[in-house]
Amino acid sequence: MKIGVLALQGAFAEHSAVLQRLGVEAVEIRLPGQLENLDGLILPGGESTSITKLMRHYALTKKLHEMAVNGFPLFGTCAGMIVLAKGISNGKIEPVGVMEIDVKRNAFGRQVDSFETDVAIPVLGRNKFHAVFIRAPLIASVGTDVEILAKLPNGTIIAARQGKLLVTAFHPELTDDPRFHQYFLDIIAGKK
Amino acid sequence: METATFKVKTGLAQMLKGGVIMDVVTPEHAKIAEAAGACAVMALERVPADIRAAGGVARMSDPTVIKRIMKAVTIPVMAKCRIGHFVEAQILEALGIDYIDESEVLTPADETHHVWKHDFKVPFVCGCRNLGEALRRISEGAAMIRTKGEAGTGDVVEAVRHMRTVQDEIRKLVNMSPEELPSEAKELGAPLDLVIEIHRTGKLPVVNFAAGGVATPADAALMMQLGADGVFVGSGIFKSGNPEARAKAVVQAVTHYKDAKILAKVSQNLGEAMVGISVKQIPPEQLLAGRGW
Repeated sequence: MKIGVLALQGAFAEHSAVLQRLGVEAVEIRLPGQLENLDGLILPGGESTSITKLMRHYALTKKLHEMAVNGFPLFGTCAGMIVLAKGISNGKIEPVGVMEIDVKRNAFGRQVDSFETDVAIPVLGRNKFHAVFIRAPLIASVGTDVEILAKLPNGTIIAARQGKLLVTAFHPELTDDPRFHQYFLDIIAGKK
Repeated sequence: METATFKVKTGLAQMLKGGVIMDVVTPEHAKIAEAAGACAVMALERVPADIRAAGGVARMSDPTVIKRIMKAVTIPVMAKCRIGHFVEAQILEALGIDYIDESEVLTPADETHHVWKHDFKVPFVCGCRNLGEALRRISEGAAMIRTKGEAGTGDVVEAVRHMRTVQDEIRKLVNMSPEELPSEAKELGAPLDLVIEIHRTGKLPVVNFAAGGVATPADAALMMQLGADGVFVGSGIFKSGNPEARAKAVVQAVTHYKDAKILAKVSQNLGEAMVGISVKQIPPEQLLAGRGW
């Protein structure tokens, strides 16, 4: 299996490292021509404004939209989730906009409010997942085709799936637990 | 739920990687930087070139300036405190700034000690010229490092020197046998546990950006190819003829730093670069990089 990691800005090297640990080939993607022969693509955390501007400049926004509509698997974490959302309540972002979710950027406050916590994610099994939230967004609402995968104790939606599109508000690439990446690989393989 | 852990402090720096952090002095500058794709801005009263020209004592910026810039953009906002000035740091934390740069660009407040950064919720970035300095700052709690270069000059030579020095010293540690590490730690003036960690991992435990003298897209890509995780651009953008175009070009150069065709394209028609000062012509006592202990 060969997975692309969008490498315009942000924590793309961390995602590649997790994929390599799982025995999967990881390829850094910066231009549309590099999207051939991939089984899926990860959109990393970073600054969503930087990433979306660089995507538009090199015609990646439209290309990824087309691919996603045709069933290409995408996994967005934090900024990557914002890039995939159809609705963004704050900020001048032009996203790929393929997933039926409304997100709010910087929803928990500024950096001093960034946090880490253990969350229950039933699709990953019984053990809780240690989730790191950095100036994180949240999912304010989801469409009917979207499955909610995780919530904080106060009900805030922090992970969701729609077909082969997967998003988290937190950063599974910043911890040693590869279960979320494995889950994405299982979605691609049709096992989940 | 835990806040202000070292994980979330270093985590934000990881999210800034592959990006450009731009010095801005007004909300308008901040908006230009954000629109160009900067991953963060540094809110200042004056860019380093003007601080250098003005002389006198350079201090933390007026909170009014910082707050206006924080309101103008949604990307992270950083601000500088003087080396060792932990009260300026407390004030910046109270303002809700996202990262504090304990910076040699401002006049040091303490000629022996840096801020004990573990005491703060807000993360810190600190400058270094070599590995020992980087590791001392990390042991004090810095969650991000930048090589110092020589700010406000537009001359990239010191940024190159400092990045190469850090990388060379890391390679040297990796190649040492374990029994050589304690005396090397003593030589570097760095804590042994961090020296052992680098011997094992071959890299710094935090993100390392380049800074100080980056004025062109080519300079930025040079620093990336030398191993920087990202780039700070201070005076280089807003002291140039066409800040919008240059800001965009530098952002693209950092993303496509290995693609010479794209670098050639983005380097075109940027107007005048900032007027530089060769570091060699600056009297040693006026160099900023020597500040910090």
